Amino acid sequence: MRPSAARLLNILVPVKRAVDYAVKIRVNPQQTGIDTNVKHSMNPFDEIAVEEAVRLRERLKDQIKSIKAVTIGPPKSIDTLRTALAMGADSAIHVEMPESAPAPEPLAVAKALRAIIEKQEGGVDLVILGKQAIDDDLGLTGQMLAGLLNWPQATFASKVDIDVAKKEATVVREIDGGGEEIRCHLPLIITTDLRLNEPRYASLPNIMKAKKKPIEKLSASDLGVDLSPILETLKVSEPPKRVGGGKVESVDELIAKLKDAGITAV
Amino acid sequence: MFRSAIRVAKPLSRACPLGVTRAFASSRYVRSENAPPTSLDTFTDEEQMLREAVQRFATEVVGPKVREMDENENMDPAIIKGLFEQGLMGIETSADHGGAESSFTSAIIAIEELAKIDPSVSVLCDVHNTLVNTVLRKYGNKEQQDKWLPQLAESKLGSFCLSETGSGSDAFALQTRATKDGNDWIINGSKMWITNSYEAEIFLIFANIDPSAGYKGITCFIATKDMGIQIAKKEQKLGIRASSTCTLNFDDLKIPAENVIGGEGKGYKIAIEILNEGRIGIAAQMLGLAQGAFDKAVPYTYQRKQFGQPVGTFQGMAFQIAQAAIEIESARLLTYNAARRKEQGLSFTKEAAMAKYWSSVVAQKVSGSAIEWAGGVGFTRETGIEKYWRDSKIGAIYEGTSNIQLQTIAKFVQKEYS
Repeated sequence: MRPSAARLLNILVPVKRAVDYAVKIRVNPQQTGIDTNVKHSMNPFDEIAVEEAVRLRERLKDQIKSIKAVTIGPPKSIDTLRTALAMGADSAIHVEMPESAPAPEPLAVAKALRAIIEKQEGGVDLVILGKQAIDDDLGLTGQMLAGLLNWPQATFASKVDIDVAKKEATVVREIDGGGEEIRCHLPLIITTDLRLNEPRYASLPNIMKAKKKPIEKLSASDLGVDLSPILETLKVSEPPKRVGGGKVESVDELIAKLKDAGITAV
Repeated sequence: MFRSAIRVAKPLSRACPLGVTRAFASSRYVRSENAPPTSLDTFTDEEQMLREAVQRFATEVVGPKVREMDENENMDPAIIKGLFEQGLMGIETSADHGGAESSFTSAIIAIEELAKIDPSVSVLCDVHNTLVNTVLRKYGNKEQQDKWLPQLAESKLGSFCLSETGSGSDAFALQTRATKDGNDWIINGSKMWITNSYEAEIFLIFANIDPSAGYKGITCFIATKDMGIQIAKKEQKLGIRASSTCTLNFDDLKIPAENVIGGEGKGYKIAIEILNEGRIGIAAQMLGLAQGAFDKAVPYTYQRKQFGQPVGTFQGMAFQIAQAAIEIESARLLTYNAARRKEQGLSFTKEAAMAKYWSSVVAQKVSGSAIEWAGGVGFTRETGIEKYWRDSKIGAIYEGTSNIQLQTIAKFVQKEYS
């Protein structure tokens, strides 16, 4: 039986330019945040998101109509869009913020994404985000976006299957006890967890092809959104330095030391 | 009078990048009158992205296998496959032929980044791109390009066979002979010191079709392994052990006439011109090697404490580290400037010789220092620091020995000054 005239899927993948995972994070001298004068790259969970979108296209072929990447940030953020395009996204949107502006908070990002989704001709069926950014580890944007749009959300995804004809997705989520399998209607918000996939390297031919893919420029005012912070960070400090432990010679000595330390369960 | 081609790093520029338009597949640059000349370490966005992509590939895919490949003197086929998949084996080849249609500098960047992790993998990529691919792109006729370039870009490793037991620096004293037999050439002889030969499927072979004409009889042939090329002794080397270096034997090897590249008797010209470019590739390999050794050893010196402080912060050490940093930077600028000069169409023979010579010197010095900075840990094979020093020695030997480079440079100076 031929599939019904199910609409071809439009996928949106928001990506963030975050501190590179290999960088040693340091608190800045003013203790207001971390030192951002370091190497940045696409947030690893967002890479997984882009990869998942590209893999969905490889599996579902023509049923995926478009994969669009979007980022909100200073001029340099365009590099993350280029990476997404080189990995297989078709086009991108850059919501450009001035270099000096503070980084937008998850709620502002979610509002901006909502505005973008509402502008998309043909609508958006799937938004795939990283579960959290590795510089602030907030893990809020996907959930807030789902709330604003009143869409279902499948967070911490470790497996995604889409049935385009039925407009449904089956997602396995990583939860404390193991895995939880849920079935959701589209349109849907998915946030990616580590085990969902392993992102591809952008090969050189794809990097060259990415040059020709379009990047649309928008500003916060185009979207009617205020990206300024509503939270004030009072202080950021490093955790106290670990003091050295001690070696014990026997189990009895271990128990004695634990008791001295006030652990009464032994 | 050549106006310098100008390249400006403008991350937001999606329109017309700046530079020089080229006749054959290379970066598409357009000359601009008003943009100022840029520093030698300015790269296009694509070149930057390529650098990062190769860095990741090298660190994540090649890195874990480096020691094993070195100890076993064997190149892991998965790495060769990975290089093809990343599009790194047809960097300058046009898209029509399955390549990435990128700039020469892009190839140099890839070679450098690979060398930071493993100079053996780097030389495999270098020989394939700057020697084999380039010979076909520059001297192959349309049929040859259509036939061979896609294979070389997609899956078949290439090898460049010039040197013999009796001819290294004196390349044109080669003895391999080719005699005409109807519509074929019959090649007899042997080659020695041939990189990639163990894994390659496509071979560029230099043989003399008319010894009475001296070097003017040297002709370049393209052959496949299954035509009957015998891979003989694989050398056991001091360094770049994972890179295969074999003796090849040709026993009545029959090659069709259509496999002559560039025309009969043009082999010497091809060899000279191509090795000029290949020199910049080796410079990049040695540069990456030096940088890789530096990057491995220096962070360790800021962690290793003796007498209550990190050893890297003692002034004596700090001065040595600073000098190594200067030397690497100088090699870097020589290498990339030679690459850009080539892209611009300026003469680059002297600069390429300087870059290759100097990079190999710096590679030896810095990798040697890196071992000493790391102390005992630098001397044991486990950390991989000593490997760089062993690998560096070849830099002064292949693709033109250091003495040959000095001779080339001296000739230029003599010409200018007398």
